[in-house]
Amino acid sequence: MFDLTGKRALITGASGGIGGEIARVLHGQGATVALSGTRVEPLAELADSLGDRAHVTPCDLGDAASVEALPKTAAEAMGGIDILVNNAGVTRDQLFMRMSDEDWDTVLRVNLTAAFRLSRGVMRGMMKARWGRIVSVTSVVGVTGNPGQGNYAASKAGLIGMSKSLAAEVASRGITVNCVAPGFISTAMTDKLPDAQKEKLLGAIPAGRMGDANEIAASVAFLASPEASYVTGATLHVNGGMAMI
Amino acid sequence: MSDISDRVKKIVVEHLSVEEDKVTESASFIDDLGADSLDTVELVMAFEEEFGIEIPDDAAETIQTVGDAVKFITENSEG
Repeated sequence: MFDLTGKRALITGASGGIGGEIARVLHGQGATVALSGTRVEPLAELADSLGDRAHVTPCDLGDAASVEALPKTAAEAMGGIDILVNNAGVTRDQLFMRMSDEDWDTVLRVNLTAAFRLSRGVMRGMMKARWGRIVSVTSVVGVTGNPGQGNYAASKAGLIGMSKSLAAEVASRGITVNCVAPGFISTAMTDKLPDAQKEKLLGAIPAGRMGDANEIAASVAFLASPEASYVTGATLHVNGGMAMI
Repeated sequence: MSDISDRVKKIVVEHLSVEEDKVTESASFIDDLGADSLDTVELVMAFEEEFGIEIPDDAAETIQTVGDAVKFITENSEG
């Protein structure tokens, strides 16, 4: 089940906790992976630890020209792209009334516009192959909203709407487009939260614990697999019951 | 000209799985040959590859019949 042998996957944000784990799991299922991110060093380390079938394709997702070039670079490195994982994301949290245009623009550009450009960039190859998988990592807050995250929540909700529209356009070509929406996941970022805030958050999660990056990666692997061929336009919520939507 | 026409028709027949005799110069991809809007995008992609040319989006929108495609490619390919 979920064998990805021979498939070629481009993963953005692969230098982060969740992205790195997604790359590891897809690679473990047999896929060739192109690891993208802004910081080359952690990408190179990850590629080294994976061994064969791992390529490093750095990209600044805030830069339009860099984003346009990424699908070509990755396709040249791997011979094509069968799976795109739009995982990269940034936050610029701020109360709505204090949020600057710049904080809004940065988050939308990296989280949503880059995903749009990359999805468009890989489409031609997938159309010709009559097979493709696009999985975007969104967030529970894209559906529930969250104070202080107006920009982030908008970008994540935008990914869901974009994915549904694209899914409808290309379903007849064997291409599926889906989202995975993590809840509260244990990463270097969430480890920094004060204990009191963590306790409060955990109280709202029926599973009583934070999720693990591996649990997000497993969901991505499923949606990327041949077995998920009839799942498209869906958002898979992986949040320990934090929001049952 | 006739060579381009034959190659265009061959691509259309293969891509849309239609009878060869239906693919006339005046046949509309959408109205006569059953193409949907995504098929027309794919046909343009196939023409670009076959003839080594680039068909910009605004030009692609004007290519609605087999004859339109032959005319555009004839005018824009080096031979």
